[in-house]
Amino acid sequence: MVRIIDRRFDSKNKSAVNRQRFMRRFKQQIRKAVSEAIHGRSIRDLDNGEQISIPARDLSEPSLQHGKGGIWEQIFPGNDQFSAGDRIKRPLGGDGQGSGKGKASNEGEHEDDFVFQLSREEFLDLFFEDLELPRLIRTQLAKVTDYKTQRAGFKSDGTPANINIIRSMRGALGRRLALGSPYSARIRSLQQELDEALARYGEDSEEVRALREELAVLRAKVERIPFIDSFDLRYNNRIKVPRPTTQAVMFCVMDVSGSMDEERKAMAKRFFMLLYLFLTRTYEHIEVVFIRHHTVAKEVDEDEFFHSRESGGTVVSSALVLMRDILHQRYANGQWNIYGAQASDGDNWDNDSPICGRLLGNEILPWCQYFAYVEITAGDPQNLWREYAKLEGAHDNFAMQRIESPTDIYPVFRELFKKTIA
Amino acid sequence: MTTTTPRPSPASARHPAKPLPLPSGSEWTEDAIARYNDELARVAALYKLDTYPVQIEIITAEQMMDAYASVGMPVNYHHWSFGKHFLATEKGYKRGQMGLAYEIVINSNPCIAYLMEENTLTMQGLVIAHAAYGHNSFFKGNYLFRTWTNADAIIDYLVFARHYITQCEERHGEEEVELLLDSCHALMNLGVDRYKRPPKLSLAKEKLRQQEREEYLQSQVNDLWRTLPAHDVRGGSRAEPRFPPEPEENLLYFIEKNAPLLEPWQREVVRIVRKIAQYFFPQRQTQVMNEGWATFWHYTLLNHLYDEGLLADSFMLEFLQSHTNVVYQPPYNSRWFSGINPYALGFAMWRDIRRICEEPDDEDRRWFPEIAGSDWLETFDFAMRNFKDESFVAQYLSPKVMRDFRMFAVLDDDRDDKLEVSAIHDDSGFRKVRDILSDQYNLGGREPNVQVWNVDLHGDRSLTLRHTPYLRRPLATTADEVLRHVARLWGFTVRLESVGEDGTVQLQNEVRGERRKQGVFP
Repeated sequence: MVRIIDRRFDSKNKSAVNRQRFMRRFKQQIRKAVSEAIHGRSIRDLDNGEQISIPARDLSEPSLQHGKGGIWEQIFPGNDQFSAGDRIKRPLGGDGQGSGKGKASNEGEHEDDFVFQLSREEFLDLFFEDLELPRLIRTQLAKVTDYKTQRAGFKSDGTPANINIIRSMRGALGRRLALGSPYSARIRSLQQELDEALARYGEDSEEVRALREELAVLRAKVERIPFIDSFDLRYNNRIKVPRPTTQAVMFCVMDVSGSMDEERKAMAKRFFMLLYLFLTRTYEHIEVVFIRHHTVAKEVDEDEFFHSRESGGTVVSSALVLMRDILHQRYANGQWNIYGAQASDGDNWDNDSPICGRLLGNEILPWCQYFAYVEITAGDPQNLWREYAKLEGAHDNFAMQRIESPTDIYPVFRELFKKTIA
Repeated sequence: MTTTTPRPSPASARHPAKPLPLPSGSEWTEDAIARYNDELARVAALYKLDTYPVQIEIITAEQMMDAYASVGMPVNYHHWSFGKHFLATEKGYKRGQMGLAYEIVINSNPCIAYLMEENTLTMQGLVIAHAAYGHNSFFKGNYLFRTWTNADAIIDYLVFARHYITQCEERHGEEEVELLLDSCHALMNLGVDRYKRPPKLSLAKEKLRQQEREEYLQSQVNDLWRTLPAHDVRGGSRAEPRFPPEPEENLLYFIEKNAPLLEPWQREVVRIVRKIAQYFFPQRQTQVMNEGWATFWHYTLLNHLYDEGLLADSFMLEFLQSHTNVVYQPPYNSRWFSGINPYALGFAMWRDIRRICEEPDDEDRRWFPEIAGSDWLETFDFAMRNFKDESFVAQYLSPKVMRDFRMFAVLDDDRDDKLEVSAIHDDSGFRKVRDILSDQYNLGGREPNVQVWNVDLHGDRSLTLRHTPYLRRPLATTADEVLRHVARLWGFTVRLESVGEDGTVQLQNEVRGERRKQGVFP
């Protein structure tokens, strides 16, 4: 008799372990491929997985084989022109004929790269490996304002709404058994005596009556044990635990003055995207506020932020003022983790830079988890950079870096968020 | 029934009553599969196919890829190389570059046949006939499988192996086990006894004896290496007896028993890889026979059912289309050519043997006097049981098949600037073509002959391997890396020598290594 087994719903991902081992073993190569892949990608699909290719020789599984050379005499099918004794020129590989090896290699990708797909999670894991959000834990604990209730066992007093019926009834049953058992044992033995007395003396005898009375008393005692008592009651215990804030707001501040050309804007965009992706790995909910500025600042939507063309002079402080105001209006209730990222070419109106430094240092940084400034310029540091440099020592939640070309973005990002060994 | 079954031919095996046709259409159900299996089992019995009980398992494409990755076995230990194969298969499949096999069949008792859920009902029927009756009977009958594998125990043994290796990983760390397995895998092809018969595997015995073996082996090895070598200044005038006294072909066996610095658990892991290599050894040698046999039987069984009126025309059309694809042999100059298709050659040869038995002509009587006109079922049974590809081709390849395939032999000598057509499918060439094709399936020609030659017992404990080239074929460059793996297992210097045409021995490569401290596995 045949057995037919439907295995389709059996454990899936049997090879997951082997896949993990593969990833672990070739982590070096994969990491290298990931960072190379980043250059070739547009920002928008950074959210997908990635095709990774590793040189096949790095992961070969060697075995002893015959090499080319020596004598090979082989049979081929489909003779259409040859007779015995014909001499043929050696073909230059390909076409199967006379290729020297008996069997075609079963690993067709001998010289090529080994290509496979990383999932989004794996990709981002590698992408952001060794990076962390600075000051994350400390501020979270300091600023807890949100609580959630959760169950924590049972207690013996509480509001009737929280009565746990199963626990209460279980307690009542136990109490009834415990209190009633001495009587029950006595009742059983009396009953036995009564049966004997009945058999020996008959219904109307003294002994029987006495036994019956005693039995009635005992039964009444058992009856009087209450079915449920107030100390049987158990209540669900609910406690409040502080909940770390799982939402964050990210301020993107970008200079769109005349000196910021498309190329620089694209670089800034890449930087913002990286930061956004990085935050999504820590926080459940993220809001993004886009502020662009030239001489005046304006809150805009994402599309306008990156694509609209405007230009003019540069007053950076206008953007910081706007950021401060938005921050105070919407995100100052302590439930938000606030991150700021500012990108500029650093070419600010001279008199404005000290104002920026003061604004940032006194009114924005105290609220922020982290504020990163990137200056996108190929030349010397501009005046804003010099002003901000004064802040860097005083505030450990402020960092600044310079980006000169698109290839710098990822290293700079890593530099800003690299794990600090405490 | 006690009467002997009449020789099956479609006419005599016809049901007395008009039978109920088998379900048709493309959607399968479990009931339909069971009915197909019942009918196929009935017909297979008419042809006296002796099989293990059948267990059919329905799996998804992903599970099929899992099975691919772990060399077709339902259980296996964990190793990154299986992950690599899985990724490669998955990529190929998802992009549509390759299809998956319709089935995988496992040489176990009961014989497990995996069917993919994507298959149509026709394909399921075909696959059951092919795997559950064709391959199954071959596994049970062929002498190589009977000698080298133990179908009752293989699944249990794999469970044991996986469990053991997991334990080792817990105790000694994943990475260390992984490195050890890497080295063993590199030697897998050299971990086979080609001539000795292996003892049977059994889970209970394995478990019971594994511990004893550990202790015993360790004591043996320690004894062998107990004293530090005393350097003999008198020089090598005295002829030292070699160790091992005879060259040893099974490298993994030799290392398991004799490598000085391996710890007991490492020896056990070497043994596990060796046992699994041994299990797959017959499959590598019977590809043409086995696939041809299974293809012949699915073709014969399904045609039988069709003649009985059980199969619909639509079933036959789909089946034949798929069958024809499988047995297609592209000519040498086609871009699809990749060697001789074992399905095509095997199927053609089995069909031809039946023809020789049933309708022999003069040529057949001249070439095959002993089987021309004999009972084809008996001849089949004998051929299936007692041959492997090499001897099967040498024994049964007929001039007709050579003509049909239009076979010709090409001699490629690297000392000659041109290739030479040494024989073609004509009267003077048949024997030569047959010899060459048979030699092509000779494992000795396909895989390099490397054996353990000597261990320097009184010197630096170095291990010398000797490669005896076959027809001057050199080793591929991967040999260097393999040698490093040998050195890792052996723990001391490993040399590879090569025997030249004139008998002179040349040092090919040497990996120096010395590990003094025990338990440190580099």
